[in-house]
Amino acid sequence: MSLENFVRSVGRRGLDLVGTLGRSLIFLILSLFYGITPPFKIRRLIEQIKFIGVKSLIIVIITAVFTGMVLGLQGYYTLSKFGSQGLLGSAVALSIIRELGPVLTALMVTGRAGSSITAEIGIMQMTEQIKALDMMAVNPVKYVVSPKILAGIISLPILTAIFDLVGIGGGYLVGVKMLGVSEGAYFGEMVHAVEWVDVYGGFVKSIAFGLIVSWICCFIGYFARPTTEGVAEATTNAVVISSVSILVMDYVLTSLLL
Amino acid sequence: MITVENVIKTYDGLKALDDVSARFERGKITVILGGSGSGKTTLLRQITGLEMPTSGRILFGESDVTQLRKKELFELRKKMGMLFQGGALFNSLSVYENIAFPLREHAKLAEATIRTMVKMKLELVGLRGMEKLMPSQLSGGMMKRVALARSLIMDPQVVFYDEPTSGLDPISAGVIDKLIKDLNATLGVTSVVVSHDIVSAFNIAHKIIILYFGKKIAEGTVEDIKSTEDERVIQFIEGRPEGPIPFSRSDKDFFEDILIS
Ligand SMILES: Nc1ncnc2c1ncn2[C@@H]1O[C@H](COP(=O)(O)OP(=O)(O)O)[C@@H](O)[C@H]1O
Ligand SMILES: [Mg+2]
Repeated sequence: MSLENFVRSVGRRGLDLVGTLGRSLIFLILSLFYGITPPFKIRRLIEQIKFIGVKSLIIVIITAVFTGMVLGLQGYYTLSKFGSQGLLGSAVALSIIRELGPVLTALMVTGRAGSSITAEIGIMQMTEQIKALDMMAVNPVKYVVSPKILAGIISLPILTAIFDLVGIGGGYLVGVKMLGVSEGAYFGEMVHAVEWVDVYGGFVKSIAFGLIVSWICCFIGYFARPTTEGVAEATTNAVVISSVSILVMDYVLTSLLL
Repeated sequence: MITVENVIKTYDGLKALDDVSARFERGKITVILGGSGSGKTTLLRQITGLEMPTSGRILFGESDVTQLRKKELFELRKKMGMLFQGGALFNSLSVYENIAFPLREHAKLAEATIRTMVKMKLELVGLRGMEKLMPSQLSGGMMKRVALARSLIMDPQVVFYDEPTSGLDPISAGVIDKLIKDLNATLGVTSVVVSHDIVSAFNIAHKIIILYFGKKIAEGTVEDIKSTEDERVIQFIEGRPEGPIPFSRSDKDFFEDILIS
């Protein structure tokens, strides 16, 4: 490839990327706007909260238990090198509340709900269900997309809170019940060490992640090529791009919140 | 009722519609015929405002579909019904909920009224008693009939049918043809039917429009079309493999293509 062609191709991709980002932003703004203007689709919203939130509950709880247990184990050995096993509770709680809770919950929801959001919308596009809505004078973005994005924003903080509680419980199980850290120290130190900003930071992250996952997965599904391969490819892309975006956003938010 | 004027639609350089003009009369059945890929579905999408043409005008009564705002377009669409090629039923909703969907969205009706209306439409398409089934449990023919019931639930003035009989067994196809005719005869529903089924077209059409690679090559009554001298039209009607319409789309010679590669 000649240099000129190379530059041209990079330039075109750059423009494509900027164009896609712009479109996705308009898509998000419209979806949010339709979501918060009447007539409200309350039933659709509840269905979606069930789908994104309730159905992710089991996997989030399982992830949280084991994450908490591993943190208990690792934390215990690290802290005991300095003879400060008593700090285990605060170490576990801070890691979970500030980082692991929001991030792992969002990654789990991406895998469980995000992929099927993309596939569902892609298939609706492929089988002309989206056009059918349009023909029936029903705004497809308002009907299909808005409830999913709102449900993502509502579900993630709740799932994250559950993750945090269960994860701290997992740490307790290993640290206190198995390795013999005193219960008073585990919870007592935790109450001292965890500050309001930590909880607030985790909460902000979980909302941001909820928005990112549902936004990316809806957008990619909505504009998937309307063929079987197109939808399959879109589903993979949605999971990969959401996951990476969560991690990048996590760094950005952490540096802003610290 | 509907006038299409010099409509061109290009998809990334491909001219799916090339300067098409046509009229669809109120209360008549107009059939758009053409091979697959000739732009039939594309034409329906432009007429209904689902897509914007690259250029040209589309008049629906007095209003130009290409100039309407979303809200006005939605008002217009409440008077239209569309039967999509694959039915486009919502997978997550039962037959009953699919058909009731437009009513729930646009009319505040008691459940009893909705039930009666859904039953009436199901009776019309010969599927009464299937309310509880999900789309995945239906055969292709049944899906199309449910979709037809859904597109008729708001009692539209104009109904667009995208290949209503393709992929159906002859009896189901006959049932659908008869339905289209009856709806037109009894309720005066203006009908635009996209099809590549010549027999069915001759059977139901008041007027036929033939598309060929995005261009309109014929327009007229069944008699006009039957007595045409246009070789392309004759070849299409008789379904002959040889003629001015090439079977292969490649302009390269077959042997040349194989030998050189
Ligand atoms: N959304 C689209 N994007 C790109 N090309 C399209 C699109 N829709 C249709 N086409 C192309 O336009 C041509 C006409 O398609 P279509 O109207 O679906 O044909 P028909 O309904 O007569 O079979 C085809 O070559 C098709 O590949
Ligand atoms: Mg078609």
